[in-house]
Amino acid sequence: MSTKSQNKSEMRFSHPSQDTLVVHIGGNWLLETSPPSTELLESEIKSFKTTRTINFDTKNLTNWDSSLLIFLSKASEICAQHNINIQMEGIPQGVRKLLDLASPNRQRKGITRKTEKNSFLVRVADTTGDFIRTSKETLAFIGEAALAFGKLLCGRANFRRIDLITVIQESGAQAIPIVSLISALVGLIFAFVGALQLKLFGAQIYVADIVGIAMVRVMGAIMTGIIMAGRTGASFAAQIGTMQVNEEVDALKTLGISPMEFLVLPRMLALALMMPLLCLYADLMGIIGGMIVGVFMLDLNFMEYYNQTKSAIALTHLWVGLFHSAVFGVLIALCGCLKGMQCGRSASAVGTATTSAVVTSIVSIIVSTAIITIVCEVIGI
Amino acid sequence: MDEKRRSTGQEAKISVRDLDMGYGSFVLMRDMNFTVSKGDIFIIMGGSGCGKSTLLKVLIGLLEPLRGQIFYDGANFWEGDAQQKDLIMRKFGILYQSSALWSSMTLAENVALPLEQYTNLSKSRIRELVSLKLALVGLAGFEEFYPSEISGGMRKRAGLARAMALDPDILFFDEPSAGLDPVSARLLDDLIIELRDSLGTTVVVVTHELQSIFAIGNNSVFLDPDTKTIIASGDPKQLLAESKDPKVMSFLTRGEKT
Repeated sequence: MSTKSQNKSEMRFSHPSQDTLVVHIGGNWLLETSPPSTELLESEIKSFKTTRTINFDTKNLTNWDSSLLIFLSKASEICAQHNINIQMEGIPQGVRKLLDLASPNRQRKGITRKTEKNSFLVRVADTTGDFIRTSKETLAFIGEAALAFGKLLCGRANFRRIDLITVIQESGAQAIPIVSLISALVGLIFAFVGALQLKLFGAQIYVADIVGIAMVRVMGAIMTGIIMAGRTGASFAAQIGTMQVNEEVDALKTLGISPMEFLVLPRMLALALMMPLLCLYADLMGIIGGMIVGVFMLDLNFMEYYNQTKSAIALTHLWVGLFHSAVFGVLIALCGCLKGMQCGRSASAVGTATTSAVVTSIVSIIVSTAIITIVCEVIGI
Repeated sequence: MDEKRRSTGQEAKISVRDLDMGYGSFVLMRDMNFTVSKGDIFIIMGGSGCGKSTLLKVLIGLLEPLRGQIFYDGANFWEGDAQQKDLIMRKFGILYQSSALWSSMTLAENVALPLEQYTNLSKSRIRELVSLKLALVGLAGFEEFYPSEISGGMRKRAGLARAMALDPDILFFDEPSAGLDPVSARLLDDLIIELRDSLGTTVVVVTHELQSIFAIGNNSVFLDPDTKTIIASGDPKQLLAESKDPKVMSFLTRGEKT
């Protein structure tokens, strides 16, 4: 016989006959009292190899919780391994009922999912497969978007004009406050950084050139792009993702309405139209930000700053900036809508789609900026 | 030729032959065969997670089956050309489990969209039709409400009004009573029967609500996830009286008889 007793829960064994083992369970058998483990039972079984039946005595059991269920189900497994008959008559009826509910023969068969860790090569193959599949889906999406745009040009695109107007308003006019603030501050920061260096040479006036060229040629477009990626791209992904969750996209498909034309096209069109306008506005706000520093901190004359800016900025800079912004508009809309359409059917999937839309949009903005800059360099503009 | 026609379900409204369905390599149900006649209220029943909604997705064209055919009025749904599939789908009216009303549109706009897409009716005639459809489901006066401004039961009814917009041949319902109080669920059941009786519409309902099953169904299939196929079919009331299958009896009696 072996015993184990702790402060509040206890277990001991007795052998009324050579082939019978009685497990005496007593006290408070609760998770917080750290009840004895089945290892003691197993070692007892191993010590008395003639044991063929196990009974339980719970006369001294005061309280119990899930820990007793876990102990008994493990005990059942151990008994099955050693071909021992387990008798549950001595166990409280409530515990027996719960054990019966959790018994394997009441569970659905064949649905266990194994989480085996695959080998490195299998994981590389899986990741490559996923990458190829995602790339195919992305290319198919871009293709479908191009076809929808073609239909638009032929006047056969199927979407509600009111949706287009609403998206234009949301992504255009309603974005003006945040674009104003960010662009003016970026212009201000540029002017500050430039002024510190140029002051050393007494060339403060060239702050106007730095701010003007930087904002108009690329920074106005990039800052607007990043704002719109976080604001509108995320909103597109969340809107369409939620429509997936609510089966609204399914409802469109079963009505024979193309979600690409009905949902994606107005959003793409709205951003492609609004981005150049917002970029133009951001350029202006950036120049005003720089002018504030020039006039109030560097003591430059307002007209002097204005003339210097005017002489520094060429029309080419403006076209390059506007081209950047139109490309960003299409990219942000594509990323937002693509992630929304690929969204799963849960709340967390909408969150993932939104995050992914913002990240993908910002990465595509940076990559496309690099490509456009190199192309401009090569063709000399 | 006659034999061939029969085998492709020419006599039936919907005919499902040797259908396997699932996701990727995972087979959810296999070897499904059943026929839905015109004017039937056909119930797809089974426990939670057995594949009822997936079968509905296959029937309405949202998920391609792994094998087998579905015929609507004798026309092969999945193996015909895209134009034929579109034409068949135009005969459907679908009420989704979540109603799936387009949240950015008013109830009137939701019901009007299918009419604007597929008819050349004037705006005033569409407005009249929209009001009629909403009145049929007891939502007269709610035309300018958005889905977020009405209750779950009203959303279901508005979804039904949209599903009926084009006077469909077949109405599909995915868990119509889910999330409804008993009275609203009963009213929706009555509405389904009235629509079938007055318009002759064929109705396919996915549900596990016993009261609805016995109240409206005159034909059914029972999906069993263990054997991964249909284990019983026929009138639910008849199944309750005659079925010897313990799983079917357990389901139909809420586990009281097995």
